[in-house]
Formats: sequence, C-alpha cells, structure tokens
Amino acid sequence: MAKRRRFRRIGVFEVCNALLMLAVCFITLYPMWFVFINSFNAPQQALLGTVNWFPKAFSLASYSVVFNDKTLMNGFYITTMRTVIGTAVHVLFTAIVAYGLSKTNLIGRKIYLKIALITMLFSGGLIPTFILMTKLGLYDNFLVFIIPAMYTFFNMVIFMSFFRTIPDSLEESAKVDGASDYGVLFRIVLPNSMAVIATISLFSAVYHWNDYYQGVLYIRSQDILPMQTMLYKIIAENSMSFMQQQAMAQFGARLPGNSIKFASMMVATLPILVFYPFIQRYLVKGVMIGAIKG
Amino acid sequence: MMAFFSHARFYTMIRKGAEEMFQHKTGHIKSFTRQWQLQSMVIPGIVWMLIFCYIPMFWLIIAFMDYSIAKPMLQSPFVGLKHFEDFMTDDRFWRSIRNTLGMSSIKLILGFPIPIFFALMLNEIRNIRFKRTVQTISYLPHFIAWTIFGGIMLNWLGEGGVINQLMMALGLQDREILFNSDPKYFWWITYFSDTLKETGWSAIIYIAAIAGIDPGLYEAAELDGANRWQRMWHITIQSIRPTIAILFILAVSGILGSNFEQIFMLKNNMNLRMAESLDLYIYNMGLVSGRHSFSTAVLFVRSIVALGLLFLANYTSKKLTGDSIF
Repeated sequence: MAKRRRFRRIGVFEVCNALLMLAVCFITLYPMWFVFINSFNAPQQALLGTVNWFPKAFSLASYSVVFNDKTLMNGFYITTMRTVIGTAVHVLFTAIVAYGLSKTNLIGRKIYLKIALITMLFSGGLIPTFILMTKLGLYDNFLVFIIPAMYTFFNMVIFMSFFRTIPDSLEESAKVDGASDYGVLFRIVLPNSMAVIATISLFSAVYHWNDYYQGVLYIRSQDILPMQTMLYKIIAENSMSFMQQQAMAQFGARLPGNSIKFASMMVATLPILVFYPFIQRYLVKGVMIGAIKG
Repeated sequence: MMAFFSHARFYTMIRKGAEEMFQHKTGHIKSFTRQWQLQSMVIPGIVWMLIFCYIPMFWLIIAFMDYSIAKPMLQSPFVGLKHFEDFMTDDRFWRSIRNTLGMSSIKLILGFPIPIFFALMLNEIRNIRFKRTVQTISYLPHFIAWTIFGGIMLNWLGEGGVINQLMMALGLQDREILFNSDPKYFWWITYFSDTLKETGWSAIIYIAAIAGIDPGLYEAAELDGANRWQRMWHITIQSIRPTIAILFILAVSGILGSNFEQIFMLKNNMNLRMAESLDLYIYNMGLVSGRHSFSTAVLFVRSIVALGLLFLANYTSKKLTGDSIF
C-alpha cells in the first residue's frame, strides 16, 4: 500500500485498481460463460468441468434433450405459473395492506403495526411452519407457492413508506369527487406508484423463479414440481428423468451428461439473464428504499 | 340529607362517566364502521400474519410434548424438558453448533470487510461508465439461483474440475483433490462461493452510502494536503461508519443462522460431518427422521438465543457508536 502511494501521481494506483475491477468482472462472468459454452458441447465432450473458453464440438443435442423432456418442460411451466401468479398476488395483497396501514387515522394502527413488527423479531421456524402447511392442506399443493408468499414485512414497509410520500391533496381531491378508499387506491395511488410496484414485482419474481427449497419441502408430485427443484435433484442428488437416461444411453456417456445438466441450467437461468437489465435497475432502487427505511 | 346529596352526586357522576364512556365507545364504533374500507384492507393482512406467523409461534409448545402429526395438537402428552435434555446430550447437536459457528465466523471475519473494500475501490474509479458497468456486472451472480451457482461450484470442485486444473497449473497441488467429498474443505467452499456470489450485491448499500457523502469534505481535505489513503480513511470510512455498524449488528445477530439454500445444495453424505449446520440439523432431525418435537425444541432455543443476540448486538452498537437498528 505504502509503495503505491508514492507512485500515485503516475497513476499506478489507477491502473492496479482498474485491473482489479476487470478481474472482479471476469470472476463474476466466467461461471455463467462456463455454463453457456458447456451447454453447447456435444454430450460426449463435456464429461468433465475442464477450463475452456469455447465449445469443443458445437452441438445442440443437449438442448434438444432438454426441450423434449416433458418432465423438465412441465417444471418450466410450473415455475412460470408460480412466478406470474405468485408475483401478482404478492404485489396486490401487500400493496393493499400497506395502503391501509399507511393511513395515520386508521383505528388500531398502532396495534396492527406491533403485530406486524413482532413477526420480524420472532418466528415459529421450520417445523411448526411445516406442520401448519400440512394441516392447511397446502402440502403437495400448488398453492403452497402462492399463499405463504403473499406478504412480507419488508416489502410492506417499502410500499407503506412510498405511499406516505404521495401528497394528501391528490387523494383528498379524489375523495371530494366521491371516490371510495378502494377507488383512491386503484385509481390514484397505485398508478402513481409504478416505480415501487416494478421494484417489488421484480423482487418477488426473482424469488419465485429461483426458489427450489419450497419445492423440496412441500412437493411430492412430479407434475407440480418447479424447475429449480428438479435441477436440485438432477445436480445435487444426481437423479435423472427418463428422457435424460435415454439420452445418456444414446450418446454413450460415461458420467451423467454434464452438457445436459448445463443446458437445463441455461434454460432455467435464461429468463433471469434476459430480464437482468430491468431487474438490476429496479432492484437497486428497491435496496436503496429499504436501506433508507432501515 | 348530606348522605343523600353525596349519594346523588355520586350517582350522577357514575351516570355521566358511563355516558361519556358510552359516547366514546359509540364514537369509536361509528368511525370504525365509517372506515370499514380501510379496515377491510388491513384486516386480511393481520389474519394472514396470525395464521402464518403467530400460529407457528404458538406451536413451538410442541417442543414440550411428544407430538405426532396424526393427532390433534393438544392431545399429545406433555413431557416437560425431555427433548431439551435429549439434544443437549446429542453429540451431533454440538457438532452442528460448531459447524454453524465455524462457517459464520469465517464469513463474518473474512467476508464482512470484502464488500466494503470493493465499494471503496470502485469509488476510486474515475470513469463513470466503467464504474457503472463493473457495478452492474458485479451483482449479476446474486440473481442466479443457488441450484445453478451451486451446480457450477460442484462441477468446478470435482474431479478434473476447473479448480483442480487451476491449482495444478499454478503448482499449488501436485494431484487432484476431491474437494466436494473431503469434509475439511467444506467451510471454505461455503465462504468462497458466498463471496463470489454476494460481494457485489452486499456492496450496493456501501456504494449508496458513499455516494451520499458531501463532495465538499473531499475538497477541503485535499486542500489540507490529505492523500488518497487519508481521505479514504478519515472521510469515506468515517462517513459510512453508521452503515457498517448496522450491517455488522445484523451479521453478528445472524451468527446462528446459515445460508440454508447454499449448504443444502453443496452438502453430500461424505462432507456432512462438517456441513451440517444448525438449520440443517433441525431439518434432518425434524423432517427426514420425523422427530418433530425434538427439532422444535432445538428451534425454540435457537430462536430465543437469536433474539437475545439481536438485542445484545443492538445494545453494544448503541453504546459504542451511537448507532442502532431499533
């Protein structure tokens, strides 16, 4: 450090720092690039995770296995449904609750907020929650992805603090015109909160898309298993669907076909990568709002 | 006469008071019904919380019972502290405590400063475009699912994987090591993979805090002859100290927690000895072995200790730096 300081004027620090940042970018991007190139390798080629930059033998065989695999594609469909429905329900429900709680004249507001706050400090945890889901009939039920994820305290607070920045005069004038509270919320407040709605939607969508753990915990039936949970089983437990086993036999691969794994990983990540520019723009905003509140 | 008078006054007082109370009450009920729309927005949320947060809290009492999922909750026999005694004498429980504290400590001591360092270095980049690009790229892995990221890690750390190749090319090891199945590497794998995945994302808060510093401070310091490192130390670090304090509190109070999605993905039967964190122990005991009451006893203690840690960390930070979360 001391040496660098002496050379500061000729910009050694700047050069080192820029190189450091480039290294960070490389380390960050290489894992995804690695998946990308290996997913295009011929199944026989990608047996081992060797360092490489380009596919050794370009092939779309792995993708055709993945896209023809009914189980995996059903997982993809379940994940999509879960993301769309789960996000819509979460945003709507959390926003409505937050709007009610943002009104200071709400009777019982202090008690409601205390009830909400305690859930942050203390929770029942895994086993009681698991028992609850079983008793509610949510075990092995698609709704287990939607209902328990309808609300989170953190997002409620983000909505609430945003709603309180909307000028009262806007709502008052609508009230004078005879609008109900729901009318004000849906016609005035929500249309003026698109930025925060986008942020929370993306938070929620990324959660739903990436979550595999709920599926491991609560889902037994193959037909409502999300894609990420299938990937977990393929990667961590090395289990394979029938189609993949067939493909394995066909290509004569010794080890579980890595390129097929990589192709499924790529398919599962592609939506995230495609939406990434939007995601990062809004999520960073969301973190800022959260940080300022917290 | 006197007695009657006072009695009458007393009676009036009571009547008046009751009337007031009554009016007050009806007033409340009236305005409550008048804002039924607002109430109908909030009450479903409260009901949701009661069901999904408070019922599980209440069900922590099965820690004191021999609960079986087939029977109604309160028909299970109370067994007092039996399960607590059981896990306190279970070696596997203490092993999971050791693993949790080990992994958390590594993440806390070696991992906590990394995003701060990254934010400071990024802040020194003058070219706005380059800076923004690096930042955008840096938090990409945060959005990649642990199934994918963990899958890459497992592949890299395996036989003939990227890490083995790299280490052999650099001459750091002379033959392949099976990192995945050797328990002694597990803590470090969780540390490195977590750093790789989350550094950019964790830095956002620091970058935002740094962006909020008054540029005048730097100009003044430069006029006073402060060099880069002095400015960094006396202005940047000092200005973001509250942010650092708050995040440190949260990190310390979360020391009994572990990144479950990560560990669940990277663990296997061979490295379980070092991989089984407290959360995983609770999962394995409760849901794999079906010992619901036993794991709930562990959960119960874990929740109370975690809450205590949170208050303790908060108090310490308030005393030391004047900053706290609540």
